[in-house]
Amino acid sequence: MANAAPPPAPDGGGHPRPRILVVDDDAALAEMLGIVLRREGFQPVFVVSGDQAMDVFHRARPDVVLLDLMLPGRDGLDVCRDIRAESGVPIVMLTARTDTVDVVRGLEAGADDYVVKPFKPVELLARIRARLRRLTADGAEHLHIDDIDIDIASHDVRRDGVPLALTPLEFDLLATLARSARQVLTREALLSQVWGYHHAADTRLVNVHVQRLRAKVERDPEHPRVVVTVRGIGYRAGPP
Amino acid sequence: MSRPISRGALSRLRPDNWIRAAARAWRRSLRLRVVALTLLLSSIVTALLGLFLMDRVGHGLLVDKRRAALGDVSSGLAYARGQLDSAAPGDPGSVDALVETITTELGRRGSPSGLFDVAVLPSNGSSDGYHTEPLDTRDIPPKLRQQVRGGAEAETYTDVRRGTKVERALVIGAPLSAAVGGYEVYYVFPLHTEQQTLSLVTRVLLLGGAGLIGLLAAVVWLVSRQVVTPVRMAARIAERFAAGRLAERMVVRGNDEIARLAASFNDMAGVLQRQIDQLEELSRAQRRFTADVSHELRTPLATIRMAADVLYESRGDFPPAMSRSAEILTGQLERFERLLADLLEISRYDARAAVLEPDTVDVAALVRHAAEEFAPSAARAGTRIDVEIDPASAPDGVLLADVDPRRLDRVLRNLLANAIDHAEGAPVEVRLAASPDTLAIRVRDHGIGFRPQESERVFDRFWRADPSRSRATGGTGLGLSIALEDARLHGGELVGWGREGEGASFRLLLPRRAGGALGPAPLALTSHSSPVRLARSP
Repeated sequence: MANAAPPPAPDGGGHPRPRILVVDDDAALAEMLGIVLRREGFQPVFVVSGDQAMDVFHRARPDVVLLDLMLPGRDGLDVCRDIRAESGVPIVMLTARTDTVDVVRGLEAGADDYVVKPFKPVELLARIRARLRRLTADGAEHLHIDDIDIDIASHDVRRDGVPLALTPLEFDLLATLARSARQVLTREALLSQVWGYHHAADTRLVNVHVQRLRAKVERDPEHPRVVVTVRGIGYRAGPP
Repeated sequence: MSRPISRGALSRLRPDNWIRAAARAWRRSLRLRVVALTLLLSSIVTALLGLFLMDRVGHGLLVDKRRAALGDVSSGLAYARGQLDSAAPGDPGSVDALVETITTELGRRGSPSGLFDVAVLPSNGSSDGYHTEPLDTRDIPPKLRQQVRGGAEAETYTDVRRGTKVERALVIGAPLSAAVGGYEVYYVFPLHTEQQTLSLVTRVLLLGGAGLIGLLAAVVWLVSRQVVTPVRMAARIAERFAAGRLAERMVVRGNDEIARLAASFNDMAGVLQRQIDQLEELSRAQRRFTADVSHELRTPLATIRMAADVLYESRGDFPPAMSRSAEILTGQLERFERLLADLLEISRYDARAAVLEPDTVDVAALVRHAAEEFAPSAARAGTRIDVEIDPASAPDGVLLADVDPRRLDRVLRNLLANAIDHAEGAPVEVRLAASPDTLAIRVRDHGIGFRPQESERVFDRFWRADPSRSRATGGTGLGLSIALEDARLHGGELVGWGREGEGASFRLLLPRRAGGALGPAPLALTSHSSPVRLARSP
């Protein structure tokens, strides 16, 4: 990550300088995050407590939220749920806990991805970029899985003409599966294509998000027909 | 349509099953044994007592009868002798008539009460004589007649026919005066009254005995319930306690032995519960401490890490000393992070806070990925990684198993890093094979190896085969210890083998189903076909 000259433009994103909301109570960490983010051409906004997180979120309208789960005031999980309730903005949680309970709780509260402290700056930036990058359509690309219609260009997902509210991550996950319809995608392949990971053996991330996606797109999440599990291997789109 | 009877239902009815069921009930029920033994012993005692009573009563009845009979006989004899003495001698006809008279008279004496029969028989042994009805003189035992012919008064017990009935009887015989040619008088006393009395007594005794035994059994059943019920309750509560319901206590009632048992049990349970609570509290505290340390250390470390990275990236702008310092800082920080992560993981195991999170995954893909990832560091160490996946175990290159993917990945990384560190340029061989119940991964290097007696020490924390060697891949010295714990958490095993100069081999065995048992190893510990000495991890 040699970075002598002007910062490279981050790919994707609505702004030329994507805004990153950093919700963390540790001043030194927040400041250091700011330095790293600015060097990479991002525009950081800071909040130090959970109580003010929503106010700042409304004012800043960030492109990505970096959220520490251990916050004074309101719990990070609550902040995560509140943001998710009104926005699909990508949330990457910063956690010092690696226990599955903690990770899964964060993912279930709506976080798209997580970074365990201490993280390499490269790793964090890769996570942020992966969240800012959106699928681009090859022309007017329409996909169908079972009774779900997907329009890649407009990021629109409908069932029987009724739009479904998916977060960008959920949309990417669904579209990635739909593009290789009837083909099995391993969890490793999904981690690489949707989350931008390489050599990741972490199945929790995929499992939790598939569950969240199913809750929205399946008529009966217990007997999925849109995102089907291929035991031990991964997932594929389409009825079993 | 009739339902066919299952073989199971039929076999349940077989007698050997009944016997087995009874034997099991006998072994399992203290109460059954107590009641059965009481029944047996009391039956024996009652039977002995009954027999003794019968004997005494029978004896007593006979003694009375005999005394009365002897009185009758002696008075009868006196009369008969008197009659015969007064008769004119030498006239057989008149003697004959006299004998008939005497017989009738003697019979008459007995007949009102029906007490006895009388026979007066000639001494020549003939059964032809005078007698009262319904006696049959042939029933008088010849042995008795012989004794009487010898001139003595004799008696015996025998069976006599009276009409259609056969009865026990006392027969007393005595010689009459020999002066008139020799006659013998026999008195036959039927004992049917005594027999009736005796059989009545027998019936009473039998009935009474049976009643007594039944009553005794019922009493023992009730009494044993007093003892067995609390014992059963204690057993049930002890079982629940052992199953982890530490709040279970027995009910203490009264002040007897059972109450003492209950009180002692409760004391023991209380002590155990306190100790277990204490241990749990300790473990909880350690877990909390680990989590807190983890959190408190990780946040500043993340800041330091980012700061060091910024410095590292700008090192081109620094003077040489500062630039090199930034490099060293970053390198050592990485080492510190790995060490911290490993220490936290070890302390999580020590606090028993490690939890297995099994998932069905393709182990073949996991092994291939890990090998690919280590290819660059293997190349730097001048070696390569050779992966061979048993095609029979992994059809289409897929081998599914219920494992914790993060832990298995970590074990693989630790084994690969360890092998690359010690490979001395020779290729590292990774083999994967599986049986339906067991998964085996073997990582073999042909480097410096270690002495066979060190095969257990390699899993010790911070142990080094050669203290002078540095860890090229940046191992913390905890990798194999953690790998061993990871294997054990799966219910599997990790075994090491080594020979100086020949290299080392580590074989991981994991059950393919979460919670399953290990079967026979699908892979040998070494790649040699010769017999190997197994060095099992402790």
